[in-house]
Amino acid sequence: MELIFEISKPGRSAADVSQSDVPVVSLEDVIGRKYLRDDLDLPEVAEIDLVRHYTNLSRRNFGVDMGFYPLGSCTMKYNPKINENAAVLPGFTNLHPEVPDEFAQGSLKLMFDMQRLLSDIFGMADFTLQPAAGAHGELTGVMIIKKYFEKKGQKRHLILIPDAAHGTNPASGALCGFETVTLRSNTDGGVDLDHLESLMTEDVAALMLTNPNTLGLFERNIEKVASIVHGKGGLLYGDGANANAFLGKTRPGDLGFDVIQLNLHKTFSTPHGGGGPGSGPVGVSAKLVDYLPVPRIIKNSSYEWPTDYSVNRDGETSYLPIPHFIANDATYAWSSDFPDSIGRVRAFYGNFNVIVKAYTYIRSLGATGLTRVTEMAVLNANYIKEKLKFVYDLPFDRACMHECVFSGNRQVAENSVHTSDIAKRLIDFGYHPPTIYFPLIVHEAIMIEPTETESKETLDAFCNAMIAIAEEARNNPQRIKDAPLSTPVNRLDEVLAARKPDVCWKKPSNE
Amino acid sequence: MDYCPHTPEDVAEMQALIGIHSIDELFADIPQPFRLQQMPGIPESLSEQDTFTLMKTISARNRIPQVTMTGAGAYAHYIPAVVSHLIGRAEFFTAYTPYQAEMSQGILQAIYEYQTMIARLTGMEVANASLYDGASAMAEAAVLCAKISNRKRIVVARSVHPQYRQVLQTYAWANGYAVTEIPYAPSGQLDLAALTDLLDSRIAAVIIQSPNFFGCIEDIAPVAEAAHQNGAMLISGFTDGTSLGILRPAGDSGADFVVGEGQSLGNPLHYGGPYLGILAAREKYLRRIPGRLAGATVDKNGKRGFVLTLQTREQHIRREKATSNICSNEALCALSACIYLAALGKNLKKLSALNINKAQYFKNRLLSLPGWQQVFSSPVYNEFALRCPAARMVNEKLWAAGITGAYELSKDYPELENTLLVCATEMLSKDDMDRVLDILK
Repeated sequence: MELIFEISKPGRSAADVSQSDVPVVSLEDVIGRKYLRDDLDLPEVAEIDLVRHYTNLSRRNFGVDMGFYPLGSCTMKYNPKINENAAVLPGFTNLHPEVPDEFAQGSLKLMFDMQRLLSDIFGMADFTLQPAAGAHGELTGVMIIKKYFEKKGQKRHLILIPDAAHGTNPASGALCGFETVTLRSNTDGGVDLDHLESLMTEDVAALMLTNPNTLGLFERNIEKVASIVHGKGGLLYGDGANANAFLGKTRPGDLGFDVIQLNLHKTFSTPHGGGGPGSGPVGVSAKLVDYLPVPRIIKNSSYEWPTDYSVNRDGETSYLPIPHFIANDATYAWSSDFPDSIGRVRAFYGNFNVIVKAYTYIRSLGATGLTRVTEMAVLNANYIKEKLKFVYDLPFDRACMHECVFSGNRQVAENSVHTSDIAKRLIDFGYHPPTIYFPLIVHEAIMIEPTETESKETLDAFCNAMIAIAEEARNNPQRIKDAPLSTPVNRLDEVLAARKPDVCWKKPSNE
Repeated sequence: MDYCPHTPEDVAEMQALIGIHSIDELFADIPQPFRLQQMPGIPESLSEQDTFTLMKTISARNRIPQVTMTGAGAYAHYIPAVVSHLIGRAEFFTAYTPYQAEMSQGILQAIYEYQTMIARLTGMEVANASLYDGASAMAEAAVLCAKISNRKRIVVARSVHPQYRQVLQTYAWANGYAVTEIPYAPSGQLDLAALTDLLDSRIAAVIIQSPNFFGCIEDIAPVAEAAHQNGAMLISGFTDGTSLGILRPAGDSGADFVVGEGQSLGNPLHYGGPYLGILAAREKYLRRIPGRLAGATVDKNGKRGFVLTLQTREQHIRREKATSNICSNEALCALSACIYLAALGKNLKKLSALNINKAQYFKNRLLSLPGWQQVFSSPVYNEFALRCPAARMVNEKLWAAGITGAYELSKDYPELENTLLVCATEMLSKDDMDRVLDILK
């Protein structure tokens, strides 16, 4: 497809600007020549061109509304539409972040309640909603750990990270000045306790553990792991990327986790928009609450909501009278008066609009619905595991949680068909491929996370496709290596893209 | 609500295939003492209708201002209708990060177009696919400069957004870097003499913002020159992204990195997020910058296509040696910015000029009030600082009338007592501004 720049024609525009209703000033006089730019090189397209261009681009994309998206570790569940309607209520969308707290009592209440709900679901003492994404939450969590030891006057410079962990874990540790040490997995797919015991010294600040881990397996020895880490004064950090596996079944806080980061765009169904926005709340145990980022919401119990407020039935307008308009006399308020806090990790308060969607989701599902999410997610993953384990190698044959990890070893050995080939062939069957080549400890890994919102029929059809591809690997391997055949472009030359990076378009010189 | 499609028969058949009698068996690995029987503190489920009523009730507790005259890092702008319609396409909206390029050409090409537009707007050679927000983009750039130069000191203008400086402080603390602040001159711009005195060979980066937090336009070129003479890099930020339509880009004045908040470009206020962090850089730093990058390449038939490129910088490949830990960015917000910029095209300059007209009108009207004075002398874009007899009283009058009021600078600058930071975008009509004057008379 052409680029927006290639369909640009001087003189066109898809958005106009109102006439000035105030006197027009001379820019040279008011701003000064030296501060003004000479030209502005942006595309010039008519509205219809713009709409067709981006609509046609969208047709070259694939979202969970199009079809099954079993991308392991990413929890690509269906994104309920009511969440979207709630998030665009004008009371939420049009509010400036620097309004006085009295204007923002709805937003503050929602965020305060969300912190309570997450604390209850995960068994933590408190949460911050400030981090913008899971990795940002990890960074925040590691900062909290750093601050904790700084305040205790302990110099601990190591962080232990299992070999199965997400790459963001070691990267987050390194960004806070920690050295990372790799902890081995045992033959059962869990933490190698002997190795942990030998590594766990008083130089170790924390173990960053994903539970269930990236193999989709629950750490059976979690009690022992926690006691080894805590025994040496260390902290247990939980990567909550896999939280869809245990809602209503267990709580990280009860298991001994001191810090946990969530991904609202995974577990709590907010759409991921092709790579964000996400939201990465961080929960902490009681001893770490003082280090949470500022500002934090405080609830002033001396003032309660007036009970006589009336809501417009349509909820469309919200010009409510404020009964007692006295500064600071609101139920909820922002406070930065927490001297031990790590500080801010971003401007304002968090990805509020994403938080609204996740809050809507939690309230609509309730306790029963959340528990059913986990039950059906785990049922679906085990169903796929059982159906495919005769065709693809299963490195760890035990009950999995919300995802299962296969290896393409057999297909490589027998037919020289690699996991990447299988993934590309799945595209032709109308599926988004699973996560591949991760976790790193499984050779030719195929990591399948179906999520709870997929029906038995969808899973059956997907498994049939996987089985058909395995057969094709034997009968017609070339067809798999040529895949995908159904997409606007075939496999792309990534080496060229990296060797001669072209990340911004330049007008061809002959024009 | 229940979004699971499983009927009891489905569950029974699936259990039979797995070889279990109850779902509970699948959770056997969770040690018994830690297994929940219920979820304490979590309310029961609601129907869709009741859910929506609840959310309307909560949103109605916010008081939406009739007039927004606050800027301070987030800006109310008109968003053309095409933006929400196009980003709402489920193919964009419900996709994950484009790991499978062949079925993600839509978002990859759009990000490539976004990167191109951002590079052009900022006068830089390259731009990434976005970071979390303006503040974290600034902090990431500072950390990068320290790593590139192997120096551990960062200098930031005190006229940079206070919250951005706080975020910078957090990131610097975590990495073991020291941050020093440079005062502002009576013009409202950075005090160049103070900077020159302070610069030495230990400083990795100098950070400014233009327009700065006071709305003042900085003279970037001499700052860049002073930084470069000492081997430091210049990170130049901005406040309102629409100012890029008219102001000389920092890239033309010698900046090494341009960072800023892209919210103004087609993204609603949303009480502070999600927004998008813009990061543009000189080409020589391309292999070091944080965040995703979409790059053009060809398929085996020679057809143009797009991929996530230079991933060896990133955490999933490099782990602890990655340039940053960032994974998700703000792709959909970047898509909004891309469509917004493509929709306006050269009209962005007209929009910028309109913002300047509004600010000049409002500033002059407010200065006609008894006791109101201009604080800084340098040119401004759409925000300006004014001293008035009693800032809090002004705001209380405005709040009572359903107007956001202006940002009280004394919150962050104790020396700027009774000083209001006022913002006038194209959303403020002459009638709105005249009404404010009537209220304050």
